[in-house]
Formats: sequence, structure tokens, C-alpha cells
Amino acid sequence: MKIAKTNNGLIALMFLLPSLIGFAVFSVLPMIVSMAVSLSSWDGLSKLILFDDVSGFFQEFGIGVANYSNIFATPELYQVLGNTLKFVAMYIPLMLIAAMSVGLILAKGRRGSGVLRILYYIPVITSWVAGALIWRWAFSPEYGIINEILKIFGISGPLWLQSAQWAMPGIVLASVWKDMGYFGLMLFAGLRSIDAGYYEAASIDGAGKIRQFFNVTLPMLSPTLFFVIIINIINSLQIFPQVMVMTPGGGPGGSTMVMVERIYTRAFSYYQMGYASALSWILFVVIFLFTFIQMQLQKRWVTYDV
Amino acid sequence: MKKIIALFSAGIMVFSLMACSGGGGSASNDSAPNSTSAGDSGAQSAAINFDQFSGSGDNEKFLIEMIDRYKDQNPHVDIKLQSYGYDDYFTQLSAKVAAGRAPDVFELNYENFVAYAGNGSLKSLDGTGIDTSVYNDMALKAFSKDGVQLGVPNSFSNVILIYNKELFDRAGIAYPTNDWKWADAMAAAETIRALDDNIYGYFHPLSFHEFYKTVAQNDGGFLSADGSSFTFNTPQNIETLTYMVDMQLKTNVMPTEAQLGGMGDWDLFKSGRLGMIINGIWAFPDFTRDCDFEWDIVVEPGNIRKATHFFSNGYVVGNESGVAEEAAKFITFISSNPEATQIRLDAAWELPPVNDDSIISQYKAKTPPANREAVFQSLDYLVTPPVISQFAELQDIVGRHLSDAANGIMTPEECLESLQAECESRIDLSK
Repeated sequence: MKIAKTNNGLIALMFLLPSLIGFAVFSVLPMIVSMAVSLSSWDGLSKLILFDDVSGFFQEFGIGVANYSNIFATPELYQVLGNTLKFVAMYIPLMLIAAMSVGLILAKGRRGSGVLRILYYIPVITSWVAGALIWRWAFSPEYGIINEILKIFGISGPLWLQSAQWAMPGIVLASVWKDMGYFGLMLFAGLRSIDAGYYEAASIDGAGKIRQFFNVTLPMLSPTLFFVIIINIINSLQIFPQVMVMTPGGGPGGSTMVMVERIYTRAFSYYQMGYASALSWILFVVIFLFTFIQMQLQKRWVTYDV
Repeated sequence: MKKIIALFSAGIMVFSLMACSGGGGSASNDSAPNSTSAGDSGAQSAAINFDQFSGSGDNEKFLIEMIDRYKDQNPHVDIKLQSYGYDDYFTQLSAKVAAGRAPDVFELNYENFVAYAGNGSLKSLDGTGIDTSVYNDMALKAFSKDGVQLGVPNSFSNVILIYNKELFDRAGIAYPTNDWKWADAMAAAETIRALDDNIYGYFHPLSFHEFYKTVAQNDGGFLSADGSSFTFNTPQNIETLTYMVDMQLKTNVMPTEAQLGGMGDWDLFKSGRLGMIINGIWAFPDFTRDCDFEWDIVVEPGNIRKATHFFSNGYVVGNESGVAEEAAKFITFISSNPEATQIRLDAAWELPPVNDDSIISQYKAKTPPANREAVFQSLDYLVTPPVISQFAELQDIVGRHLSDAANGIMTPEECLESLQAECESRIDLSK
């Protein structure tokens, strides 16, 4: 019996091999390298001799944890973390409301929902660069469609991407547009898997539509919701293309400087590979902490069995 | 379940170790020069890997023509051209350099030249026997460090004042002259602005390069004379920034970003709604093709003194190249040989950085603009950007502050105070 189990494991491993190799080469190895580089002053403009001569590399470039202490000593980190968290705080609730609405509309299954499904999904398959360029036009203060629409209601729109207060909300709106179809479809799948019997039982017990939503739909959907939230937080801590295209250079007053944008700029514009690698590890820790806390909290609200 | 997880992580460890040793193996294989100098036959055949960005897209066919001419004359040399768009180029290049696979010859703009030269990644061209006397002095000097020539310029462009003659006629004012000062330019710009709500008088981009030049026109600068400290918050610089911001926010002779609404400054000029624009000579082919009105150029206005600036890209030879001498000959050919510069000139692909009279007189003979002489007169007032090792970072910090001033987020004084403080805390001038 024991032997059979081990064999099963080996067989499973064989099946996992192809993706494991990819994971090792493209994720684990770069992580090890970036950890080493984060402890160095290597600038990326000379050959990385780490593989040939580890001690030589550290003799020439090693600076211990100086990159980390520099990062924590400069106000940039706190501004960038603040901006990133601001994005998360605005994006996640808006995203959930939008995706939930998409999910519920699709779940109604009315005529034309197939077409709607395609429409909602189009932004997901649109390249971020094209999408962000369209949004840059839409946010144009004088000629953009957003301010034109606001004008109809007598509201004079803000400067959007040219204003320190509104640049980030602008990026949040564009991001919600891009992602709501994807997560909406995911929630839709979750909604479809809820047995209609629960709703029948609830209505026999006298629960109205709102009560049913909070007491049946939400708890039954909680595993999907949990997954959507975790993926969203991890993704939004790493926002990059929309920021680079819509507000190149960090936006007005540095209001859209975010973690990955800084990592990119430090590495490929300032040629500070060591500093950028250290910044990546700090981002890793932040994401890890967020995910860990959510994993702990899930016990309180996620229902796997009803 | 636990067993599977254990196996899973063991697998990851094993494969990451395998990948590490594999990586080491392949890296050491790669450390052999990636260019070959075949010695067997004594034919000295050589393959030169050549990476570049300025000749990508439309211009690539002209570059290939130059390379073909070189190969005709040097049949033993094989050139392996790799073109990238500007946006990808420097990332690709640094990835190749990091992997120990730097091309033999590559192109650098000035900013990146400073970074690579400071790092010792470039081969000195002194002693390779190349003739540097054919180059324009200023452009050549841009690609040397501490007296050592580390590259040759391949293109050269400076910035002038381009104006729409018809708008000047409509406003009934005299055309600009080489002697103009800021006040003359602003007076004319305001008269043109008054013609129509949709017509603007002046466009002077508020960018790093424009700002370092414009402060020089006002006897200001970014650094102290010995280069040991920043001098952003001086009265001259504040006056300069006020001048540049006021043309947008106060007199509004220049459109704000909001007024532009995503329209490019070139398009505004081409649409006939802009009187004057401070821009580079690389705009000539575009303006010649698209403007249906008469336009011309003069040396740009100064204040206390005149100052103009230039941009130059250059070719360099990588330090690890096994074919450095051939490579040096090749870059001299495509940047300065009469045949190659003629191709560059015929393609209207920037100004070849050479002192060749026949090339220069051909360049001057082309119209519009009629007053091409101004391109060369501007060279008398050239100023160069501050050379520091954290150049890209400085450029970023300055650019961000200037855009805040242009958007009215900060006053010019506040902007330059904050710029001074940030540069002092983030940029080490002793390096």
C-alpha cells in the first residue's frame, strides 16, 4: 500500500515535470539571482559574472544590505507604497461591485446575454497599451468623452491625468473597465454552480430577493469571491502597463509612481539593478504579507461547505 | 497530500539546482567571444554584431545600403545587423551586456553613453588608427570621456526657432531675426495669439533639455562651476522658469496640456494654428511634407546671452569585442565616409556629423527652410548638458518637477526649491 502511494507521487511528479521545469528556470532561478543582485551594486551594464564566479562577483560588487537600508531611508519608498495602496483601496471595492454586477446580469440568463458576455470580455483581451491609449484620450480634460459626458450633467470635469488628485482615480477607472469582464465571468461561473434549491427553500421560508442575496448568494459564492479578491490584490500591487502608458514618468507630483514602475525605472533607466532587485524583494514581502493575512481571515467568512 | 507537497518542493529544489548548474555551464560556454576572427586561412574574415535603434523602421533600408557599401569594399567582413525600436533598445542592450553577449558595435544616445562610459564597458578608439578629424568637433567631443575617445557620432541635430510666415503676415509684424531676445519673441507671440482664440503664438516644451539650455540663456545653470553642488534655486533659474511657465499659464501664448487635449505640438504647427515653435532640425522633413504654408527658421531667442543645444547619437565598440579594430573601421565608415553620409543626407535622415564642405553645402541648398544657415549659426552658441553619473535619474527628477510647475501644482520658486532639495538628497555628485 505504501509503495503504491509513493509510485502515485512519482507518477504525479512526472506529469508535473514540464511545468516544474518552466517554474524552476523562469521563476526560481531569477529569484535566486535577484536576491544575490539585491546585495550588490551591480548596474546591469557589465557582464553578470555571478554564474561563473560567485565570490568574485561579491568581491567586486557586494555591498551587503546597503540597498535595503538606502531604500528604507528615502521618502520615495513610502510615497510609492502609499500610491500603490491607494490604488488597491480604490480598485478592489470598485472592481468587486462591477464584477458582481456583470456576474449577476449574466446569471439572469436573459436573451442577448451571450452578446453581453462577449462585450464584457472584449476589454480583457485588448492589449493594455491600446486600452490605456484610448483612456488617455477619454480623459483629455478639454476634448475627452468623460468630461463631455460630465458637462451634460452640468459638472465641470477635473484635469484627470494631469492632476495630482485625479490621475490615480483615472487609472483605477481604466483598470476596472479592463478587468471587470474577466472577474465578472468568474463570479458568473460561481453563481451558476449554486443549486436553485437553496433559493426555493429560502423563498418558502419567506426571504426576499435582498435577503436571499446576502444569506444565500454571498455565502455560497464566498470561495469564488475569496479567490477573486486574492488574485486582484496580488495583481493590483503589481500594476504597471496602465501607469506607464497613461502617466509616463510617475504622473503629476509623482502621484502615480507605483512599486513596479519604480523597479522598472531604477533597473532600466537609472541602471541600478541592485537597488531595483532589493525593491522587488520588498514588494514580494508586501504581497506575501497581504496574502498571508487574507488566508488567515478567510476562515471567518469563506464557506466551503453548506 | 503532505507527501505530494513534499515531493513537489523537493522537485523544485532539484530542478532549480539543475537549472543553476546548467546556467553556469552555458554561461561559461558563452564567454567565448561571440564574434569570430578566423585565423586558419589567414583571410582575417570577421563577423561584426551590430545593434542599433536610430536606423530602425523607415530608415533601416538606408542603413542597410551603407552596410552593403562597406561590405563591397571589405568582402571579408560580415555585418550582423540587429535593429530595435528606441523603446526596447536599451533594455535589450543591457540584457545582452549582462549575459556577456554584448554586440561588437552598438549605438548609444548621449545619456546612455555617459552611463556605459562611466562603467568601463566601452573600447577606447584611440590607437585604432581611425581618422577623427572629419567629424564635427562638438559632436565628437560628446563621445569622449576624460580625453579618451570612446565612440563616434553618427548623427547630429540642434534646436532652432521655426516660425509660420503666414501668421506673422496676418498679424502684420516683422519676421523673427537671429538677434531676437525673449521679450521680442513674447511680444510677437502675444500679437499672434490675439488673432484668434484657437491660434497660439509660441511653443517652447518645458523639458529637461529645454530647461538646461534656457537657464543658460539667462546665465543660470544646474551645477556650480566646479560641478560639486546643485544650483537650481538661483534667481536666474527662477526667472527662467517663470518665463517658461508664464507663457502657458499667464499670457497663454503657448497652449497648456489641457488645451492641447492630446494633440502633438508638431500637429498644432502643421495645422497652421501656431506662430513659433522651438524645435529640432529633425522636424524639417515632416514640416516640408505636411505644411501648406510658408515657414522658415532663425537662431532661437536668448536673454542675457544666446544658448542652443544639440542631440547626437553615436556608435561605440564593446570592450569585450574580439574584432575591435575591424569594428572601429566599420563605425567610422558608416558615420563619416562620404558615400555613407551622402546616403544619410539624401534620405533627409538628420545632419551627418562631419565637416565635409560638399555635404554641408548640399544640406544648406535644400529648402524649405530658406534660412538653413541658421542651423550652422546656432552652433556658435552650443551648451552641453551637465555630465554626471546619475544623469537619467537627474533627468527624471527635473522632468517631474517641471511638469508640476507647468500644471500650476507648484510655483516656479517652490518647484526649484523642491528640485534642489530632492537632487541634493538623491544624487551623489562626487561619483
